[in-house]
Amino acid sequence: MTDTAISAAPRRVSDNAALVAKRYRSERRFKLYGIAAIAVTAVFLVLLFADILVKGLPAFFEHRMMLPVSVSQEAIDPQNSKDPKIIRTGDFDGPIRESFRAMFPDVTSRGDRKKLLGLLSSGAADDFRAMVVNNPSLIGTDAKVPVLLSDDADQYLKGRQTGVAKIAGQGTITASADGEKFKLVTDKTPVLTAGDIVRLNGGAFRVVSADNGAYLAEQVTAPKSLDPANAGAWDIVRFTVTEHNRRIDDQEALWLEQLKEKGVAENGIAWRFFSSGDSREPELAGIRGALTGSILTLLVTLFLCLPIGVAAAIYLEEFAPKNRLTQLIEVNINNLAAVPSIVFGLLGLAMFLNFFGLPRSAPLVGGLVLALLVLPTIIIASRAALRAVPPSIKEAALGVGASHQQAIFHHVLPLAMPGIMTGTIIGMAHALGETAPLLMIGMVAFIVDIPGGFTDAATALPIQIYLWSDLPEIAFQSKTAGAIIVLLVFLFVMNAAAILLRKRFERRW
Amino acid sequence: MSGTYFAIMAALVLAGFFLGAQRARGVRGDQAGMLHSLPAYHGLYIAAAVLTVMMVIFVVGAPLASHYVVSQGLGAFDPSEVAEQLHRDAALRDIQNLIAGIYQGEPSDKLKAAAAAYSAASSLVYWGLNIFGVLAGAAVIFWGLGRITPELRARNQFERFVKYVLLASSGVAILTTIGIVLSVVFEAMHFFSKVSPIDFLFGLQWSPQTAMRADQVGSSGAFGIVPLIAGTLLITVIAMLVAGPLGLFSAIYMAEYATPRIRSVVKPILEILAGIPTVVLGFFAALTVAPLIRGWGQSFGLDVASESALAAGLVMGMMIIPFVSSLSDDVINAVPQSLRDGSYAMGATKSETIKKVVLPAALPGIVSAFMLAISRAVGETMIVVMAAGLAANLTFNPLAAVTTVTVQIKTLLVGDQEFDSAKTLSAFALGLVLFFFTLALNYIALKIVQKYREQYD
Repeated sequence: MTDTAISAAPRRVSDNAALVAKRYRSERRFKLYGIAAIAVTAVFLVLLFADILVKGLPAFFEHRMMLPVSVSQEAIDPQNSKDPKIIRTGDFDGPIRESFRAMFPDVTSRGDRKKLLGLLSSGAADDFRAMVVNNPSLIGTDAKVPVLLSDDADQYLKGRQTGVAKIAGQGTITASADGEKFKLVTDKTPVLTAGDIVRLNGGAFRVVSADNGAYLAEQVTAPKSLDPANAGAWDIVRFTVTEHNRRIDDQEALWLEQLKEKGVAENGIAWRFFSSGDSREPELAGIRGALTGSILTLLVTLFLCLPIGVAAAIYLEEFAPKNRLTQLIEVNINNLAAVPSIVFGLLGLAMFLNFFGLPRSAPLVGGLVLALLVLPTIIIASRAALRAVPPSIKEAALGVGASHQQAIFHHVLPLAMPGIMTGTIIGMAHALGETAPLLMIGMVAFIVDIPGGFTDAATALPIQIYLWSDLPEIAFQSKTAGAIIVLLVFLFVMNAAAILLRKRFERRW
Repeated sequence: MSGTYFAIMAALVLAGFFLGAQRARGVRGDQAGMLHSLPAYHGLYIAAAVLTVMMVIFVVGAPLASHYVVSQGLGAFDPSEVAEQLHRDAALRDIQNLIAGIYQGEPSDKLKAAAAAYSAASSLVYWGLNIFGVLAGAAVIFWGLGRITPELRARNQFERFVKYVLLASSGVAILTTIGIVLSVVFEAMHFFSKVSPIDFLFGLQWSPQTAMRADQVGSSGAFGIVPLIAGTLLITVIAMLVAGPLGLFSAIYMAEYATPRIRSVVKPILEILAGIPTVVLGFFAALTVAPLIRGWGQSFGLDVASESALAAGLVMGMMIIPFVSSLSDDVINAVPQSLRDGSYAMGATKSETIKKVVLPAALPGIVSAFMLAISRAVGETMIVVMAAGLAANLTFNPLAAVTTVTVQIKTLLVGDQEFDSAKTLSAFALGLVLFFFTLALNYIALKIVQKYREQYD
């Protein structure tokens, strides 16, 4: 506070102010970096979930038609035996095809009829068969049968192949033959562009060129007549994706549009996604086999690593003398926690399969490998839980004459149990999502049957995801994302259970 | 076979427990202090003895028994016919199918004889093992009941048994490590007897596929690991470029700036990200990120491979963000508050304190966190299997397709394998490299922390 300081102040203060402002700016910038980093991570997570939900939710729905099918005695059970074995061998394909063809009486040529039937799933007859076998009284009656559509038709109806716009025709349109092509003439302002489909008189034309109101079109399906069609009697169907960029061509798309207009095709929940095994046909494939495989594998894992993990934790925390062996064990546990999971797969392949000769692709081996994989996690979590129990509990037990083991098993362990369970559930969630080691031990085959035991060939849910993601059909992409949703729901439930357990039983000593 | 045995074992263990406890109560009568231990401990003492003996019989007997059954079954064939492993397996499968009644076609007389010998031997072994087990278990129970006297210290004996069980359980960790090292080293040695380690470590060509065809150039196959290492490093570097800054900055924000409320929101986000299975991230990388990058690249006129290293690296980076941030968060939190207070007292702003005081103090821990993250990225399999390529290109262009060590291990070992071809065995050599590389990274990370950690208290 001397004079010199005051006289020098004005310049220094303005200097300082600038410096301080700069330092505060850099402070704000630094803080912003942190917020940005977290925001980027959160945005990534949101994008990931949104992408998977958008891709995967359609997998839980399927399109089927309620078709009136006559369940004829002759075709299915001519002797009226009511024996499921005989019913099973009946012809279920024919009636469905007939009924479906009856919906499109205009389709007459051989090639077209084959194409039309291609819209049905190859599993439609099996559904019908199961329905009749379960309810033989249907034989001889006319039944409403839900008929599954093929994956491409299903994808189209879900709007995943192309967008469709339908525009009602304005004014009168006349089609006239022009060599192989047709000329379309409207009396209103031209609205057609190349690629549009014009439906009139029960037929359809694809516009090829649209020059100055003179439309040249080619025939997609033959019309009943070439009479002029008035407003309301014709319409335009416009696809956003051109024909050669989708798996459903214009003709098939128009048939499906007709189904939609008649209200026959309905979108229902695809229970089959949960009730059937893998299949080469996307619309028939389900995750039950994979899910069963995962559950069997996790049972083996849980059965092995919970007792071993807890026992190891108790030993290391309570009984281990401070010697080289204990040190070696601790170093090993910490190292194993960092070993890449694929190396555990190599262990499983070389040891369990080749050396011990255990069966390939079996949940038993998968469970063994995953148990070794998550053992360090469970040991570390159990040790933390045991350490969190205050020593006074043990000392009190010892003080009233309990042996060391009695004190641990009767008093410390029960109090540490919630923590151990939390760690175990998190370890199990980790095991459920693990893929690489299971690939190594051959749980990566195409398996249709639902595994019934620990030594049956099986796959697991993450492996099913990996297998499906490799397939070219778009419908499988959606199935993959659907299976991912199921996997994530399982993981979410397990983690929520772990958190709940922690919240419910956590004790502050 | 083993199901029955274990059922018998469970029954005998229970019987031993109840009989022992009952005998102890009988011996004790109404004099509570007469026995050393509680009656239940006498039961447990006998149960443990039964369990031990019957387990030993099974562990020794079962492999011997199955060996005997197999040799009886194969004895019906000429020794030359079943000399090779492959033929032996085929013959055994035929025998088992015939016995199970699912044999395709008409079995030969020899096969029928073999199946008869096989089923006779297996039923002999089945009865033999079970009866021997029952006898041994019963003998142990009688022996134990005889030993229940006031002199027996049943609790101490049983507790010693429990202690050995606990010790054995913690020994599983050592056994696992030994198992990994043995299985990887053993097969890798086979591989190195076919391919020289020098060629393996320094070769610039990786094309194990051609090893099958004798008439082609490079028919011996090329097992140079350099392109794989380069690809792995490229993807790891991309991943660390993503995860390093993002993870570190979010850790700094979480540790230094965030209010408890924000922490309680952000922490679960990172935990969720950490819990997402890598197969899901791989799906996202392959079907969403890769096409996106390809589209962007094409709009800039760049030629992007559909399985670019960039896509795999970016998503892998996202995968290890939680790893980097949670480890760094711990380290930053461990820096004592007094250091920060000292810095604030000198007039430093918060960011200056972090940059000049907190981070230098936490540096060893952060470096070790980064090394652990690198080892995680190097060992990650599913993301690269689904999003990175198969062709071993020696390039550092992030837009090109590269392959990694883990992708090659997976590719070589999934599907049909011949266990004596260099192609299959090379996967174990790669596994060896991977195992020791990650081990070394973890070791160095540990040493860095131990060496440079400042002791503040």
